[in-house]
Amino acid sequence: MLEIKNLHANINGKEILKGLNLTVRPGEVHAIMGPNGAGKSTLSSVITGNPAFEVTHGEINFYGKELLELAPEERANEGIFLSFQYPVEIPGVSMVNFMRTAINEQRKYRGQEPVSATDFLRLMREKKELVEMDNKLANRSVNEGFSGGEKKRNEIFQMAMLEPRLAILDETDSGLDIDALRIVANGVNKLKSPENASIVITHYQRLLDYIVPDFVHVLYDGRIVKSGTKELALELEEKGYDWIKQEVDGK
Amino acid sequence: MEEQYINLYKQFNGQIKAHSAPALNASRDASFELFEELGFPTSKLENYKYTDLTEPLSADYGLNINRVKIPVNPYEVFTCDVPGIHSYLYFVLNDGFYPVNDKRNDALPAGVIIGSLSEVAKSNPELVEKHFGKLSSKQKDGLVAFNGAFAQDGFFMYVPENVQLDRPVQLINIMRSDVDFMANSHNLIILEKGAKAQLLVCDHTMDDVKFLTNRVTEVFVDESASYEHYKLENTHVKTTNLATLLIEQKQSSSVLTNFITLHNGITRNNIEIDVNGEHCESLLCGMVIGDKKQQVDNFTSVIHAKPNCHSTELFKYVLDDVAKGGFTGKLYVARDAQKTAAFQTNKNILLNRTAKMRTKPQLEIYADDVKCSHGATIGQLDESAMFYMRQRGIPEKEARLLLMFAFTADVIENIRIDALKDRIKMLVEKRLRGELSKCEGCVICK
Repeated sequence: MLEIKNLHANINGKEILKGLNLTVRPGEVHAIMGPNGAGKSTLSSVITGNPAFEVTHGEINFYGKELLELAPEERANEGIFLSFQYPVEIPGVSMVNFMRTAINEQRKYRGQEPVSATDFLRLMREKKELVEMDNKLANRSVNEGFSGGEKKRNEIFQMAMLEPRLAILDETDSGLDIDALRIVANGVNKLKSPENASIVITHYQRLLDYIVPDFVHVLYDGRIVKSGTKELALELEEKGYDWIKQEVDGK
Repeated sequence: MEEQYINLYKQFNGQIKAHSAPALNASRDASFELFEELGFPTSKLENYKYTDLTEPLSADYGLNINRVKIPVNPYEVFTCDVPGIHSYLYFVLNDGFYPVNDKRNDALPAGVIIGSLSEVAKSNPELVEKHFGKLSSKQKDGLVAFNGAFAQDGFFMYVPENVQLDRPVQLINIMRSDVDFMANSHNLIILEKGAKAQLLVCDHTMDDVKFLTNRVTEVFVDESASYEHYKLENTHVKTTNLATLLIEQKQSSSVLTNFITLHNGITRNNIEIDVNGEHCESLLCGMVIGDKKQQVDNFTSVIHAKPNCHSTELFKYVLDDVAKGGFTGKLYVARDAQKTAAFQTNKNILLNRTAKMRTKPQLEIYADDVKCSHGATIGQLDESAMFYMRQRGIPEKEARLLLMFAFTADVIENIRIDALKDRIKMLVEKRLRGELSKCEGCVICK
């Protein structure tokens, strides 16, 4: 479904991604790990089309479409979802209004009629339960005054609402206590199907106890330098990243 | 520029007075002399430095000092109501109160007087004489002085003790003329102890000529009374709208002003509140949506003379193209006004590099036990919020719209008439979408 070839990307003139390759097929869970500054978050920003980043070389193909030619909203409506590392607060825009607009834009993109009020409310209720989200949060402004855990839950809630084909979870575990982590991971697992895939970006192996990956990649200095199965994550947890750095830099 | 008006007054002040009322004429010559001394305000004055009125004041306007009847019945041409507002409806046509013939107004509670200022000045002179000019004569302002010399009529409202109006009062200012035209009017509003009233003032223009309106409104809010003043401007680009609102608050009274400018030419609002009693609440709000060459300058002044009062200001502007905005938040806390709490916020979004906003908090605090704050920001839409929304599939244009609408939401929340709040939400959204936000069903606006 997703094929990234030789991707190079800059922010403020500084090259962060330096020839990254990655292939994701339906039903797969890919974990991307790596030390600080390796380019993990840049990767998620570039796939979703954050205008702050400039792609200088390479291509990203998603179900036959050239992603780099699409606007962020078109990529979203093609079924790519990013759970933000730092979800943005939007005072004055209610969660309900925000979600309804997003759902209806997605439906419009697919040539469907807007969702009816009753269907929409039912959908909201179902999906809120999935992440055990407090009813009150849905009536507030988007992320405004939410705790760190509530924000992350809200991301998974939105993911459940929008049912993406490819979900990118960017450091979804950061700032979560163990209970919140379980709830978030449960939500993600329940949404898993043979048709959709996820990319889980994380620092720590901890999250991968809950969301079990099919593949683990190590991102270092803008490239994927090592790929393996979930055992690689355990090895990283035990040994840190230094041995990989040495392996790469030594070459 | 002033010369022609000075000559006009010298030559025709007899006629001006003859077509007005003694209570209004009493201070007319004094106002004229003050105008002779001050002239029109220029942008060299500190209080007017954000708005240059030279060009609009140089135009050659007609005045109607002989009170020639205007051949239009606003009740017939004007159906521009806010749906569901069920207001008591009144008109000022150009510079004079238009006689009432609306049955809905028969339901006014006993003792309430609403009508033409110059008529009431004849029928109930004591009411008018006691209040007229009490606030405006203290103003050292060329426009207010000019109004004092030339205004012959206006809207009058009296709400007796403990009478609370169950419905809002709506005053529609309509400008109708075949030639460039200037209107001066003076409104007088009196709320006795414990009275309650909401006034919605709508400004509209009818013809494709230059209009200049210079309106002064004096409001007296007695003990424990509650007054709300909404000004909704939806005029054309050839309009210069100069509005001065002067309010005096007595003990335990509450005042809300909310000035919403959706479409206009050049607008200058002076909003001055004299808080002259303890335990008063004053809330001043405003919103501007401006594009092309629109100019809006809100000058506010809150004077805390007595202790234990609370004032809040909240003004928001969204400016595009070469629109210009100005805001001044003047706050004066007298030495005896201890325990004053005064907060001021002015936030602005510029959608374009060529749009301009100038904002100035001006606090003079002479008491030592007060809580005062002010904040002013000028910025663009939050890029990270934009990307967040687009990542959820919301197109850029729609995301911008949601953010701008959210930006103005707290000003709209400070509208305490539900029907008006809904209407304004709709109008603001239309305006932000770039559609003309003219009231639907309004003959004049079409």
